[in-house]
Amino acid sequence: MASTAIYVEAINQAIMEEMERDQSVFIMGEDIRRSVYGATAGLLDKYGENRVLDTPLSENGFFGAAIGASLVGMRPIVETLTSFMWVAMDQLVSQAAKMRYMFGGQATLPVVYRATMFYGGGSAAHHSDRSYPMFMNMPGFKILVPATPRDAKGLLKTAIRDNDPCIVFEDGTLGGATGEVEEGDAALVPFGVADVPRSGSDVTVVAIAGAVPMALRAAEELEEDGVSVEVIDPRTLVPLDKSTILESVAKTGRLVIADPAHKVCSAASEIASIVSQEGFWDLQAPIMKVAAEQVHIPYTPVLERLVYPSSEKIADAVRVTLED
Amino acid sequence: MENVSKEKLVQMLERMWLIRHFEVRVMEVHAAGEFTGAAHPYIGEEAVAVGACAALEDTDYIAGNHRSHGHPLAKGGSVKRAMAELYGRVDGYCKGKGGSMHLADFSIGILGESGIVASSVPVATGAALAAKIRGEDFVSMVFFGDGASNQGACHESMNLAALWSLPVIFLCENNQFAVTTSYHDSVSVEHISDRAAAYNMPGVLVDGQDAVAMYEATREAVARGRAGEGPTLIEALTYRYEEHSLGLGRVRRGEYRTQGQIDEWRERDPIDVLEHTLTTQGILTREECDAISKAKADEVDEAVEFARNSPYPEPEELYDDMWADPIPLP
Ligand SMILES: Cc1ncc(C[n+]2csc(CCOP(=O)(O)OP(=O)(O)O)c2C)c(N)n1
Ligand SMILES: [Mg+2]
Repeated sequence: MASTAIYVEAINQAIMEEMERDQSVFIMGEDIRRSVYGATAGLLDKYGENRVLDTPLSENGFFGAAIGASLVGMRPIVETLTSFMWVAMDQLVSQAAKMRYMFGGQATLPVVYRATMFYGGGSAAHHSDRSYPMFMNMPGFKILVPATPRDAKGLLKTAIRDNDPCIVFEDGTLGGATGEVEEGDAALVPFGVADVPRSGSDVTVVAIAGAVPMALRAAEELEEDGVSVEVIDPRTLVPLDKSTILESVAKTGRLVIADPAHKVCSAASEIASIVSQEGFWDLQAPIMKVAAEQVHIPYTPVLERLVYPSSEKIADAVRVTLED
Repeated sequence: MENVSKEKLVQMLERMWLIRHFEVRVMEVHAAGEFTGAAHPYIGEEAVAVGACAALEDTDYIAGNHRSHGHPLAKGGSVKRAMAELYGRVDGYCKGKGGSMHLADFSIGILGESGIVASSVPVATGAALAAKIRGEDFVSMVFFGDGASNQGACHESMNLAALWSLPVIFLCENNQFAVTTSYHDSVSVEHISDRAAAYNMPGVLVDGQDAVAMYEATREAVARGRAGEGPTLIEALTYRYEEHSLGLGRVRRGEYRTQGQIDEWRERDPIDVLEHTLTTQGILTREECDAISKAKADEVDEAVEFARNSPYPEPEELYDDMWADPIPLP
């Protein structure tokens, strides 16, 4: 049955439903029993201390413990913020990402890292990371970037059931976004299938996470000028649904990519490279990247707002692709 | 000692000889160029892994480090598959994708080894966490060095394990050096086992040249773990006879230890120590000990032949084993 939920509630529902369904699912993180971020509300009451673990501030230690537990049959969910992943990079990269391959397929690691990206709200350089491109560069992770409550719920449920290490980059700027969500198996969202929240014929805009609503606003604005924009939300970056993007570009001939991550070696860079190689003869204009400026995130709002993509920047880039 | 069975003692000697011959052959064939890459000999330290693993069941887990040919062999791993892995062949434990520092056999609880120092300590701690969550009585043991003991991963894991009373045995193999750095120059306490006090768990200092002592200390730690009494830190005092890794002696410039020190430790060779115990107790004769050594040398020779005859992986296998639930290539 469908109902309305905000993004963070949708995440909570996913965890609740999967912990109910499968005894091997447990969750660990900092201050999750009292749910300081909202996504783990009510879990302690329902599932108890054994399956809802408040950890010490030891990300490298407990990220790794999640890996070890997953190796022997558990399905851990780890809650964290993107910015705290740095201190656990050893466990993420040297163990989670590499173990299965390195051990010739013997290791199976059904572990999910839920990493919230808080940016755009004056959190400054240490708390504003949108780090998914760095993880895309490392083979071994499935990387999910839900932009709607439906996808936040559905991708997380799929991730919990998936048998490989998954990182869900939850977009804090969308924490209050509202939308329809399904229940149970009907809520599952498959990996590697892009969503097309708006169809159009003149320009393709591929937008990632928090850039999706911006792209949709830009598309509405541009419609008033008679420009028809197709918006694609890849939803998962690994695996990436190339064909939906390439087919759209075959139709429009123009591509803008909106990505809240830093622009150098961003997800946008990878998508641009794929399209320039595999969709080159369909292109009628240079590919435009609208990604974050290559600087650290400044605290003061007057500077911070300059850094990220915006609907204005996306609309401007769309217009550039339409210039003769 | 009285309550260690004869079979156990003999099996320990067999496994120590197996590891010794394995490592000697590895050094020979590596020097002959039969395979490349780093390999870290365990010669001189055999009693640590063998004594400790003798206290485990197949359903218990171990994780190791870079100096880890001995750990899987001590837990009953296949010498053929271990050797084939070093040769990079498809019959190797990891089908040639792991090599010397990444042997693993999940079927008998060998959760694999880590080339990144101390990186498998949190992983082993997590296996123990699973035991606790599920209410099962398996334990998890992780081998790491004196150098590794200084990594945050160790300290974070020890705190977690003690806090949550996890059945994990932190087995520090203090072989006196991390590459060329003496542990006296890297560890702030006199004994690494002293650090256990900081985490409110028992810390035990053991003669790592004595397999029986290792077995007894580990057995106690295992019993504590199974009883839900939490982790133990065991520091095994031992010594690495060879260079840190094969070939390093050719490039290293300064000295860091004396021949006298090496000789002194060799005086208490772990195999001699166990054979002495077995022969003086009348459990084995000298001839029987020699026969065990010979049999294990033969087993290693067969493993080398097996490895040489095993094919290399095909190019098509490059992308295999990336995913449990496969996705399209990018
Ligand atoms: C994080 C990390 N730092 C450095 C190295 C390089 N390295 C490999 S083994 C080693 C020494 C490890 O010493 P110890 O833990 O005492 O183990 P031992 O080699 O003595 O068995 C070093 C520095 C590494 N592999 N990983
Ligand atoms: Mg050492």
